[in-house]
Amino acid sequence: MKVAIQGIGLLAPGLAGWETGRAVLAGHGSFQPGEMPDPEAALLPPNERRRSSDCVRWAVQVAQEAMVQSGLDPREVPTVFASSGGEMGVLDTLCRTLATPERVISPTLFHQSVHNTPSGYWGIATTCQQSSTALSCYDDSFAAGLLEAVTFVYVEQRPLLLVAYDLAVPAPLNEARPIAAGFAVALVLAPPSDVALATMQLHLNETDQEPASHLQDLALERVRLDNPAARSLPLLKALATGGSERVIVSLLESQQLVLEIDRCRN
Amino acid sequence: MSANVQPITPLTLTAYTLVTANGRGVGPVLQALRGRRSGLKPCDFEDVTLKTYIGRVEGLEDFSLGNELERFDCRNNRLAWLGLQQDGFMVAVAEAKQRYGAHRVAVVMGTSTSGILETEHAYQARNQAGSLPDWYTSRYRYTHNMFSLGHFVQVCLGLRGPAVVVSTACSSSAKVFATADRLLRAGLCDAAIVGGVDSLCLTTLYGFSALQLLSAAPCRPCDEDRDGLSLGEAAGFALLESSERVGRRGAVALLGYGESTDGYHMSHPHPEGAGAIRAIRDALARAGRRPEDIEYVNLHGTATRANDSVEDKAVYSIFGARPACSSTKGWTGHTLGAAGITEAVISALCLTEGLIPGTLNCARVDPSLKSRILRENQIGSLSCVASNIFGFGGNNCSLILGKL
Repeated sequence: MKVAIQGIGLLAPGLAGWETGRAVLAGHGSFQPGEMPDPEAALLPPNERRRSSDCVRWAVQVAQEAMVQSGLDPREVPTVFASSGGEMGVLDTLCRTLATPERVISPTLFHQSVHNTPSGYWGIATTCQQSSTALSCYDDSFAAGLLEAVTFVYVEQRPLLLVAYDLAVPAPLNEARPIAAGFAVALVLAPPSDVALATMQLHLNETDQEPASHLQDLALERVRLDNPAARSLPLLKALATGGSERVIVSLLESQQLVLEIDRCRN
Repeated sequence: MSANVQPITPLTLTAYTLVTANGRGVGPVLQALRGRRSGLKPCDFEDVTLKTYIGRVEGLEDFSLGNELERFDCRNNRLAWLGLQQDGFMVAVAEAKQRYGAHRVAVVMGTSTSGILETEHAYQARNQAGSLPDWYTSRYRYTHNMFSLGHFVQVCLGLRGPAVVVSTACSSSAKVFATADRLLRAGLCDAAIVGGVDSLCLTTLYGFSALQLLSAAPCRPCDEDRDGLSLGEAAGFALLESSERVGRRGAVALLGYGESTDGYHMSHPHPEGAGAIRAIRDALARAGRRPEDIEYVNLHGTATRANDSVEDKAVYSIFGARPACSSTKGWTGHTLGAAGITEAVISALCLTEGLIPGTLNCARVDPSLKSRILRENQIGSLSCVASNIFGFGGNNCSLILGKL
């Protein structure tokens, strides 16, 4: 299955936006994790932004960045949102409240707890009425999202926006799921065309014989291993450096995605 | 609207099964439909004191998964396990595995809350330092995480193909049919297990209560005095294979599906049902059917005032008052992430049995609804039905099922 990549969004400590991230990943500057970004997600109407969770702002920020690059109308583009645990911060607040005798939870908190919250807010902000799938595959949520997204583009022959995100998990929930820092990435995928930043051939390998691609930079490699959405880093590095590259992304224990990246334009 | 949508090859439901408050397997579901017996009872879930009715599956509290599956043990996976044991489903999957190989069978599950009940219990059991108990932290991956259900089903069935959990609130286990179709069409698998499991938990009971959407009585879909929904729990599964490959004349098949979003509000549907209309139209286009081919519409019909009214607008604008319409939530309650598979299996039973269930608990149809809402059961052969699932976050899915 061959698709074009028409837009990229990125947000993580030290990788605030694709322009910055591309330079770091291409080796034109060292990786300085530094401060946690606080995304503006300017597309959200002010009253929706007030009600929104961190997950929503991170997801909308990268989605917006990728969509602008693609030049496509977001109202015409279906979406896939991939996240291992979704709204872990909201779930922490919710479970704390449910452990009190009164159990009085706010309607807003409850509606923020569903896995498709960022998808819903993206739809409200863009008035997009296309299909939107929110999914999870634990540590391989990015790989599962990419497989769903590429399959959709290949089968339906139309563009699609993929957003993968997981945020830092608050205590005490981090004892069960330790994720120290947030990571969000977005890709606009489309049928192959001349206006693409790159093309990507995806093949599902029904073994896990080859080791998953990793990063030489140890600090970046730690980021990759720490956050399910950051399993996208080898793909992003290939897109940043240009040329042709083969990237392996693990999918469950018995499969892997083989990505042949080509014709990167800088 | 449907310009991008092309007809698909039907997918045969080679096997299917369902566990709800009405009982284990499709037999009790059918008996309850025929006998018009509701599975809803006054809420007796754990220490919940809400005045509401629930569709609780009996016996989940009293067994645990065997040693090898112990790490997955939680209410949601117990319910999943119970579902897998019914109606010869495991045998049908084993045969498919033999035909195609474990790597060529995908698992696509839907759930909205997965095993969050474990986390709720763990938060109640925090120690003085605020730490969570060990029995919980070592098993988060296998219980609460969204993918736990997909992982569990894959392990139970010994499958090694693509696996994923879709979590789009109520539409979750309807959208799994769409994902499975794409995986099959792209040649990434030869068969797919689709389904969904959602179990009762404090989050949804107190959450829907906070939204003032729970009825104090058994839910009354489409009734003029309807005042909210009843929550239920369910596990349902179907084995999908390309009908071109397996044929099976007379078998129930997925003919089409449509997915959309409202782009309107997180917890209120679009006032004109714009997303719902788009989902139904796309489903018809993929099925290659016209509105007049649909004989029965299985409504989402949650029994909240707004949802039933908006769904009625959408359904009437496409189908007019011709097809029979009903909601089966009075039997099962709203099973949230399992609603899609619950209604799909019920629709399959309607097709095979020639039964249209009249809306249970609807004493008088709201006169402002224009669709032909059925109150009493009807008997008569059916060949093509539509099932609607419209969810939180304005996420919609419509399925068209029919006999090959």
